[in-house]
Amino acid sequence: MDDSNQQKVSQISGAEIIMRCLQEENVKFVFGYPGGAVLHIYDALFKQNHFKHILVRHEQAAVHAADAFSRATGEVGVALVTSGPGATNAVTGIATAYMDSIPMVVISGQVPTAAIGMDAFQEVDMVGVTRPCVKHNFLIKDVRDIAITLKKAFYIAASGRPGPVVVDIPKDITAEFAEFDYPKTIEMRSYTPVVKGHSGQIKKAVKILLEAKRPMVYAGGGLVLGDASNELVKLARALGYPVTNTLMGLGGYPATDKQYLGMLGMHGTYEANNAMQDCDVLLAVGARFDDRVIGNPDHFLSVPRTIIHIDVDPSSISKRVKVDVPIVGHVQSVLAEMNEVLAAETIKPDAAALKTWWAKIDVWRAKKSASYDGSSSTIIKPQYVIEKLCEVTKGDAFVTSDVGQHQMWAAQYYKFDKPRRWINSGGLGTMGVGLPYAMGCQLAFPDAQVACVTGEGSIQMNIQELSTCKQFHLPIKVILLNNRYLGMVRQWQEFFYENRYSESYMDSLPDFVKLAESYGLIGMNIDKPGDVEGALQDAFAMKDKFVFMNFMTDQKENVFPMVPNGKGISEMILGSDTNANDAADEMEG
Amino acid sequence: MKHIISLLMENEAGALSRVAGLFSARAYNIESLTVAPTEDATLSRMTIVTSGSDEVIEQIIKQLNKLVDVVKVLDLNDGRYIERELMLVKVKATGALREEMKRISDIFRGRIIDVADGSYTIELTGSGSKLDAFIEALDKTVILETVRTGASGIGRGDRILKV
Ligand SMILES: Cc1ncc(C[n+]2csc(CCOP(=O)(O)OP(=O)(O)O)c2C)c(N)n1
Ligand SMILES: [Mg+2]
Repeated sequence: MDDSNQQKVSQISGAEIIMRCLQEENVKFVFGYPGGAVLHIYDALFKQNHFKHILVRHEQAAVHAADAFSRATGEVGVALVTSGPGATNAVTGIATAYMDSIPMVVISGQVPTAAIGMDAFQEVDMVGVTRPCVKHNFLIKDVRDIAITLKKAFYIAASGRPGPVVVDIPKDITAEFAEFDYPKTIEMRSYTPVVKGHSGQIKKAVKILLEAKRPMVYAGGGLVLGDASNELVKLARALGYPVTNTLMGLGGYPATDKQYLGMLGMHGTYEANNAMQDCDVLLAVGARFDDRVIGNPDHFLSVPRTIIHIDVDPSSISKRVKVDVPIVGHVQSVLAEMNEVLAAETIKPDAAALKTWWAKIDVWRAKKSASYDGSSSTIIKPQYVIEKLCEVTKGDAFVTSDVGQHQMWAAQYYKFDKPRRWINSGGLGTMGVGLPYAMGCQLAFPDAQVACVTGEGSIQMNIQELSTCKQFHLPIKVILLNNRYLGMVRQWQEFFYENRYSESYMDSLPDFVKLAESYGLIGMNIDKPGDVEGALQDAFAMKDKFVFMNFMTDQKENVFPMVPNGKGISEMILGSDTNANDAADEMEG
Repeated sequence: MKHIISLLMENEAGALSRVAGLFSARAYNIESLTVAPTEDATLSRMTIVTSGSDEVIEQIIKQLNKLVDVVKVLDLNDGRYIERELMLVKVKATGALREEMKRISDIFRGRIIDVADGSYTIELTGSGSKLDAFIEALDKTVILETVRTGASGIGRGDRILKV
C-alpha cells in the first residue's frame, strides 16, 4: 500500500484507534458490556459520539443483538466484551452467528500481553476457544497492528461466505500510542473470495433448466445474505417454476406468490417436500442440503435428478449431496447472469410438462398439510396466534423467534414476502436469541413493527434483557406462546419415547405480566381465542411501548407435518393422520 | 486411499492449530503433519498425510482452502511427486546382533549415526512405506526406540507449489 492511500494524524492510543476504526467502518451500534480488560476502550468510547453503545445485561445478548442487527440490515454487527467470562459468555452468540454465516466483528479484551499464559485473573485463550466457531480470529500483539487488523476483520466478516470474526486485544495495547492509518482497501493473498460464477457453467445450468420436465427451485439463507431475492424472483417468474425456501431462506422468495410451495424440510409442507423429492431438475441457491432439510440423504438420492448448485462457498457444494452442475460465486451475480442468458435464449420451458407437473403439485397442495384444528372456542391454538399476528402486522413486521415449536409455527404461519424480516437461529438452534434479536432489529429500524415469537422456556434464557429494552425504550412486542412445556422436547417424547415427559414440563413460571410491569413495561395475559386478535391490535397500536403478551396456548399441540429423524423428506407424518401418534410409532418401528 | 496434501500458509501464530483443529473437528484422518517455514519467512509449508474416499479428500481440500490463512493447497496425488520421511531407530546391538543390525541397515541404505555399548542408532530416509518395511524387517524385540518426522512431499519436475 502506498502512503497516498493512507491518512496520517499524530499518535493516539490503541483504544482511540479502535474508535476511529469503527467510525471509518460506519458502525452505528456497538453492543457490549464493560470489564477490566476493556476499561481503556470504554474510556475512549465515552469520549466519542459516532456510534451508540448499547449496554446489554449479558454478553451473550450483546452478540445476538449485533447478529440480528446484521441480519436485518446486511451490515456488519459489532460487539464488545471483556476478557475471561465476558469472552466466554459471548461464545454462544458467536457460534450462533457462525452457523448462519452472519457477518460480525466481536472485539474481546484480553489480559495484558505480559500476563498472557500466566493464568492471570480473567484470562481465557479466546482465540483458542473460538477457533472452531469463527470465520477467522486475531490476537493483536502490537498497537500498530490494530487498524490493519480491524480492517481485515471487517473485510473478512462481510465478504465471501460471511461470518463472525473475533479480534482479541490485550489491555496494554489499548493504552499504547501509535499513528492512525486506516487503509482504504485491503488485499490478502491468502483470502480471495470468488464473486463471478463460471460463465460456461451458467449457460449449461440454464440449458438444463429449460429441458426440465419437473423443475424445482430450492433457496436458502445464502439467497437472503446475498441480497439476491429480486434476481431469483425474476428467474423463477420467467421460467414459471415452483420455489421453496428453507427456514433460513424465508422471505427470500415471497410467501404469497403463487409459485411458492412453502418451506421445506423437517417441518416443511407436503407439496414442498414431495416436489423436492420428485423433481428431475433441482436448482439449489445458497442452500446446503443440511440434515433438517433433505432428511435422510440416501433416501433423497434414491431417485435420479440433476442438481445445479449456486453457492459462494465451494465447500458447501457436494458436501452432503453430489452435485451435477456446481457454480461457485456470489448468488446475486450468478442469478443476474442466469437471467441474462435466459433472456437471450430462444428455447422456452416445456409448457406441457410444466402443466402436468403443476397439476401434480396442486394435488399435494390440496392436502393442506399446514393446517390445524381451530374449532375450539376455549383453548388458544398457537398457529392461530401467528396467523392473527401476520394479519395485524400486515405481514410486514420483523419477526424474531426463539427455538422450539413456536419457531416452527412462526415459520409456517407468518407469510414473509420480504427478505431479512424473519430472524431466527437456524443452524445452531439457540434458545434465548429471540429477545436480543428483537433488540437488534428494533434499534436498526426504530419505527418498524418488531415481534419476538417465543416460548416460556426460551424467553427465560435471556429474560434479563427486559431491562435493556426498558433502558433504550424499545417498543418490541413479545408474543409468548406459553404452553407450559419445552414443547418441542415434549413432542419428541410423545412420539418417540411413549409419552415419558422427562424434564420437559416448565414448572414454577413467573407471572410474566407482573415481571414486565416490574420493569415498567406493559404486560398482557390472553387465554381465550376470542381475545387474541383484539389484544394484538391493542398491543401494536401502542407504537412506542414494549408489550409482553403472554398467550396461554394449547399444551398438547404438535408441529406438523413432521419428517422423523433419519426418514426421507417425503415420508412425513401429517397432522391430519387419524392418529399422528400411531403414525409416528410406525415410522420409528 | 492415502493422500499427501501440501499447503502454503501465512506463518502466523496459531496457524498450525487451525489446520489441526479442522481435522479433529470434522473427524478427518490425519496420519502425519509436518510444518516449517519456507525460504520466504512469511510462509509456512505443511505436508499432511491423510486418507479417505475421493469425496472426503475433496472436502478436505476445500475446507483447507477455506481457512483464511491458507494461501495454496495441492493434492500431490493429483500428479507425480516425491515423498520422503526421516526415521531414527535405536536398536539392540549386542553380540551377533551387532553384525546383523549393520547388515539390515545397509540393505535399506540406512546410516548408523550413534554407536554405544549395547545399541546402534540408525538413520533412514525414504517413503513412508520404505520406513514401514524396515520396521517390519526387524525383530520387534531388538527395537528400543523409534522416531519419525512424518512425510514431506514435493511435486516432480515443474509441478511447483509457490506463491
Ligand atoms: C440453549 C438450548 N438448550 C436446549 C435446546 C433444546 N431445545 C430445543 S427446543 C426446546 C424447547 C423450547 O421450549 P419453549 O421455549 O417453551 O418452546 P416451545 O417448543 O414450547 O414452543 C429445547 C429445550 C436448545 N435448542 N437450545
Ligand atoms: Mg413452551
